[in-house]
Amino acid sequence: MTIHSHTYDNGLVLVAEPMASLESAAFNLMLPVGAAYDPAELPGLSIFCCEMTLRGSGPRDSRQFVEDLERLGADTGESVSVSHTSYGGAMLAENLLPALAIYADLVRRPRLPDEELDAVRQVLIQELRALEDEPAHKAMLELRRHFYGDPWGRPSQGSFDGLEAIDGGDIRRHFAGQFRPNGAILGIAGNIEWPKLRDDVGRLLGDWPALKVDEPASETKGSQPPHFEHESNQTQIGIAWPCAAYRDADYFQAWGAINVLSGGMSSRLFTEVREKRGLCYSVNASCHSLRDRGSVMCYAGTSAERAQETLDVTLHEIRRLAEGVLPGELNRLKARMKSALILQQESSAARSSSIARDWYFLDHARTLEEVGELVDGLTCDSINAFLAAHPPDDFCVVTLGPRPLEVPHAIS
Amino acid sequence: MPFHESRLANGLEVIAESNPDAAATAVGFFVRTGARDETDPVAGVSHFLEHMIFKGTPSRSADDVNREFDEMGAQYNAQTSEETTIYYASVLPEQQDAVVSPWADVLRPSLREEDFNTEKKVIIEEIRMYDDQPPFGADEQCRALFFGPHPLGRSVLGTIQSITDLKVDDMRQYFETRYAPENITLVAAGQVDFPALVASAQQACGGWKPAEATRKLQPVKAQNGFVTRSKSQATQEYVLQMAVGPAANDPRRHAAKLLATVLGDDTGSRLYWELVHTGLAEFASVSHYEYEGAGAFLSYLSCEPDEAEQNMQRMLNVIRTAEAGGISQSELDQARSKLVSRVVLGSERSRHRMFAIGANWMYRDEYRTVREHIKAFKAVTVAALAELLAEFPLSRNSSIAIGPLTELRPPK
Repeated sequence: MTIHSHTYDNGLVLVAEPMASLESAAFNLMLPVGAAYDPAELPGLSIFCCEMTLRGSGPRDSRQFVEDLERLGADTGESVSVSHTSYGGAMLAENLLPALAIYADLVRRPRLPDEELDAVRQVLIQELRALEDEPAHKAMLELRRHFYGDPWGRPSQGSFDGLEAIDGGDIRRHFAGQFRPNGAILGIAGNIEWPKLRDDVGRLLGDWPALKVDEPASETKGSQPPHFEHESNQTQIGIAWPCAAYRDADYFQAWGAINVLSGGMSSRLFTEVREKRGLCYSVNASCHSLRDRGSVMCYAGTSAERAQETLDVTLHEIRRLAEGVLPGELNRLKARMKSALILQQESSAARSSSIARDWYFLDHARTLEEVGELVDGLTCDSINAFLAAHPPDDFCVVTLGPRPLEVPHAIS
Repeated sequence: MPFHESRLANGLEVIAESNPDAAATAVGFFVRTGARDETDPVAGVSHFLEHMIFKGTPSRSADDVNREFDEMGAQYNAQTSEETTIYYASVLPEQQDAVVSPWADVLRPSLREEDFNTEKKVIIEEIRMYDDQPPFGADEQCRALFFGPHPLGRSVLGTIQSITDLKVDDMRQYFETRYAPENITLVAAGQVDFPALVASAQQACGGWKPAEATRKLQPVKAQNGFVTRSKSQATQEYVLQMAVGPAANDPRRHAAKLLATVLGDDTGSRLYWELVHTGLAEFASVSHYEYEGAGAFLSYLSCEPDEAEQNMQRMLNVIRTAEAGGISQSELDQARSKLVSRVVLGSERSRHRMFAIGANWMYRDEYRTVREHIKAFKAVTVAALAELLAEFPLSRNSSIAIGPLTELRPPK
């Protein structure tokens, strides 16, 4: 498999992987505009701006925009994270370019119509309200907020006050000051032809002028969160600790260790917390990366009266990881990863996101073969050396439910 | 792509679509059993049994089961609905034989009492988890209201009481009658070696004792009700409505999918423009559900409690407008582009294709290529949609509202 890439004069990177056996093609456009860049007094400005770009651009009003994409059979979506605003879509390969042309209008020539401001505000306020009905999601957002501090732990949803305060001028300023090709990455995978794709994308986005933008000026450190009172049957538990980031040389050692902890149904957390003790339905942990820092985020949800035991058993398993992983665990991890990589070949959407994300973290994109070699290179010794040097520690623990839990503070 | 079918002497069927270019192989055991095959004293047993299947056999402990699947890198799971229980896995093609044998073995489980008591706690946690997320469970309550005493109104999860009261012997008895070979189909898609698949099935399942497993199909008498269930800890109000629609073996089901897309797809539909785009609701949708011998349209609304009454009226107005004036050609074309594209994109994943082939076989005893599936959507006309609306008026329905409101007036 080959991955092509091209950097246009304005800084936009196109990274593309042809997948000849598919009829589809998918794109994922990552713009370097996220909640971390929201002004402190206007949390939610990036997600508000993203929603507003969907309300008409270039020759299309809101309705024409949706109808044109749907006639192309494009299955599209957008998301805002702390670091990015991303637009993506999957469709039959022959419809890729017309869909990209619509998105070129969207990111360069949005109408940002004042008359739709209040409708968009209502959409976002409703989404924020709906979070209250999803306690697990809410707990994990609080975990991230407390672990990373400000601005890198910010939830992209903003706040009720922020969403209420945003006006049309704020949106236009944010768009004019942040939406840009430099730092943006367009990942495309599927039934495509290179270099034709490079030239076609160049015509759509190559003359988009670059902008100079400052990084967020100040940062606060993470902090231990309070207990969050919530009227519910279950208590939600979130545990985070520092870990190698995706770009770090020893990331795959960390990733291997965390997969032994929580990957597959024979993993330690699933076995000890759910299978042996029946403490909860859902328990998991995974690596999470920002560009220059990383963490492990672990979740468990269980009945309030069993929450203390669940927290204790989960923390025990996390700490025990420092004692090392076993050969059988490593073999299962490798087998699972080998299949997962092959299964990615069935999805143009998965590949387009994967190569764009790779480029953001690494300034290049790994082929599935390269990832396979990195996984093959893992040994118990290499993972255990990493764990000995970086035992899980400095836990940040969020609890959300009817009663607080005893969080053992020996863990600093 | 070649399609194959075969039947073992004990009645177990084996079917497969074989795509030599596929990167992976997906297999699934489809058991024709679910909540509709239960009685009050064993409410929730189908889903509980699905969990117990992973707890091992005389020759495999629960740990062995999870470890073996992880060792071959399988991505595997199971799911239970009103009328089917499906055990599935995606693997590399060279693991085809390796994956069939343990699946077949666990489908003759030990059902040990100790495991049963531990897993009971997990099931109860699952019920409590959904109970903390107000929109979850609402669909079951709506189904109960709409189908009334008909078995399709039964809950898949059961209740904390019914699960607590369930005895392992009840489960063993249910297993004996429902997991008979004639009630099970082994389905495969992706890269499949069919003769080897049949040989594996013969070796692993050939010794299963034949038994009779019947499902009594009773006519549905749809209920018209309107219920408000107050849930003080919920933030948003959730309204679900069920109306009669074409059944799984009704040729009008394709028109029904298109109609649901025109009226209530999550973007670009009539409800989207009326309620979501305007910010009046967080979410509004219509979907078509097909069952053996019955069908339904399910409409869903979530919004701020203060807006619920008016939004229900708006939703009813949208539906009445369609019933009176029909659907336009351009709306039909747009919906068709979306559905056709989803079929093609979905078919690129072998697991997705396996589910589509399996469902078609379970419900209609037929195999359809992707092209035939698309052709069925292409054959639907605006006149057919108008006839469908006349035959199945969505405005005549059962409604349930769940949220903070204690009282809600039905729309006029």
